[in-house]
Amino acid sequence: MNNTPKTLFEKVWQQHLVAEPAGEPALLYIDLQLVHEVTSPQAFDGLRLAGRKVRRPDRTLATVDHNVPTTSVADRLNIVDQVASRQINALRNNCAEFGIEFYDVQSPNQGVVHIIGPELGFTKPGMTIVCGDSHTSTHGAFGALAFGIGTSEVEHVLATQTLPQSKAKSFRINVEGELAPGVTAKDVVLDIIGRIGTAGATGYVIEYAGSAIRGLSMEGRMTVCNMSIEAGARAGMIAPDQKTFAYLKGRRFSPGTPPESRHSERSSESPSLSSAVDESIWNEAVAHWKTLVTDPGATFDRELTINAAEITPTVSWGTSPGMVTGIKSTVPLADPNASEADRKAFHRALEYMGLTAGQPIEKIDIDCVFIGSCTNGRIEDLRAAAAVVRGYHVASTVRTMIVPGSHAVKDQAEQEGLDRIFKEAGFEWREPGCSMCLAMNPDMLQPGERCASTSNRNFEGRQGRAGRTHLVSPAMAAAAAITGHFTDIRTWNFKEAK
Amino acid sequence: MIAINTLTSTAVPLPRPNVDTDQIIPKQFLKRIERTGYGDFLFFDWRYQHDGAQDGQPEPSFILNAPAYKGAQILIASKNFGCGSSREHAAWALTDYGFLVVIAPSFADIFFSNAGKNGMVLVRLPEADVELLTARSTANPAHKITLNLEAQTVTDDEGFSANFEIDPFRKYCLLNGLDDIGLTLRHSAELDQFESAHDKKFWLTPRPANA
Repeated sequence: MNNTPKTLFEKVWQQHLVAEPAGEPALLYIDLQLVHEVTSPQAFDGLRLAGRKVRRPDRTLATVDHNVPTTSVADRLNIVDQVASRQINALRNNCAEFGIEFYDVQSPNQGVVHIIGPELGFTKPGMTIVCGDSHTSTHGAFGALAFGIGTSEVEHVLATQTLPQSKAKSFRINVEGELAPGVTAKDVVLDIIGRIGTAGATGYVIEYAGSAIRGLSMEGRMTVCNMSIEAGARAGMIAPDQKTFAYLKGRRFSPGTPPESRHSERSSESPSLSSAVDESIWNEAVAHWKTLVTDPGATFDRELTINAAEITPTVSWGTSPGMVTGIKSTVPLADPNASEADRKAFHRALEYMGLTAGQPIEKIDIDCVFIGSCTNGRIEDLRAAAAVVRGYHVASTVRTMIVPGSHAVKDQAEQEGLDRIFKEAGFEWREPGCSMCLAMNPDMLQPGERCASTSNRNFEGRQGRAGRTHLVSPAMAAAAAITGHFTDIRTWNFKEAK
Repeated sequence: MIAINTLTSTAVPLPRPNVDTDQIIPKQFLKRIERTGYGDFLFFDWRYQHDGAQDGQPEPSFILNAPAYKGAQILIASKNFGCGSSREHAAWALTDYGFLVVIAPSFADIFFSNAGKNGMVLVRLPEADVELLTARSTANPAHKITLNLEAQTVTDDEGFSANFEIDPFRKYCLLNGLDDIGLTLRHSAELDQFESAHDKKFWLTPRPANA
């Protein structure tokens, strides 16, 4: 029985089974819960009403990201929006009352939850991780089983450190071969969602595999896993390998990192990569993590193989993340075989987006560029955008916003001089947060404004009521900012540093 | 939590695929820290006008504003209803408005779970059945649908009758309005035992103590 080949998902699942009551969902142990201001206040209220405590504050981490202004430090410390301010205060008070570590607005550790978990080393291979946020799937890039939950479940995990869960089915997506230059992790995941649809993986945990996935950096893998939910998946996972271990070694909360380099307030160095790692502890952890691979012969409920060479720089044209096409392509024509509801949805999307079927993607002019979010707000994303921008200036018709995913990303970018490249080119350089990905803070599109965005959702009104969102990679967003319309990054003239 | 067994009500048809939780309740209402009072903001962008002198007034062309559908407790949706964000506010907005049952060909996972935690009954029926009910409720706003959770049936008085599948445990919880945390605490002894062994696995610990 124990010799049966297992998938990565099955291994992590089995290592967290607390109970399997007959006829009920399994009870799954949760290693880490991330908490933010928007989906938690009602959960803490529920605990208070029932007289319950937080079972494991040490397995809980809180920060603010969704609501915080990104304009200036002063604006963050004195939030004008009283409803947002009250919500942030509620989290502050709840963390104090229940003994949870909280990274406040100006903590050097603050950032989008899905950015700071990995960069501080909280996220580890083989863990179960939840958060009241659907993009929790990001952490699957490390071989963790990570998924978004609702507020009732947030309360459940706070109270019990467990969740009743029915086991999802398994779906392996192999991306084989080499990605063409200019084609990024974002294009890979948009292409996948375009192929399988926004409900294509509902009820499944996806394991991304294949040489193109292994070839991605950790940042790229996080981008892919992040958008698993956009294909309906419960979670996305990638088996940990040497890249994973190299990323984690010396992170503040990684095994073997000395405690003294853990509690010091980080200032300007990159997210506290300690050089004094206790090798025996580290090696023991790695030995365990190395077992987290799908065994040869393990079977999946569904499998799909994609040729990496077919993937091109991808742009979404509609109001659902499955409505995507290549940069050299056109806005599609209506599918005569689609159901009436789908045809209506297609026309509704075109009307909302102000586009016509058959229009070339490269001819679509934009008004705004947003670079950031838990999908593409990491250092590698900013480097990719800066490489495009260097030596150019933003088109006069375009307003821009670059929002680093965390204080650590912002500091690192400033150390590398990326902020100067952006500012000289006319980009706005902001403070970290979720920002215009979902426009809960003041960063939002005006009605009718068209945005090239590195975020994850192009739903109606997502970035502001009646705003029009096109999802792209950071390099594609940067190029569009310069030219004022979507532009094929594969033929971009990159200028060298002076 | 509400506990429903049977419900007979008129129904609002909303035949749009992939209705995401951003549409069900837009972000500006997620800043509130209460669990109630979201019903007025349900489908906000579609339901209200947003320009000029009419700003904030009901949008007459949106079905929720048609007087004939007032008081309906059943929503007939389309495939992949509730996709996107994990916000439980979507379930709170639907129940607060008065929808206790949603019938659709498919639902997104997180929304499905959130709805159940709030006592809503989500019914998956084949696309053709959903289209038939949509057509009947569109043609006749007084068209009534009956849900029987115990029997797992959906019927109407024009001869429609269909069985639906539901996980037995979910059904049991819905019928009894059970609190999940209370159910989990039945396993406290197993949890304590598991946890003390699991805590030794420092490679799975957010803040390992020994390093």
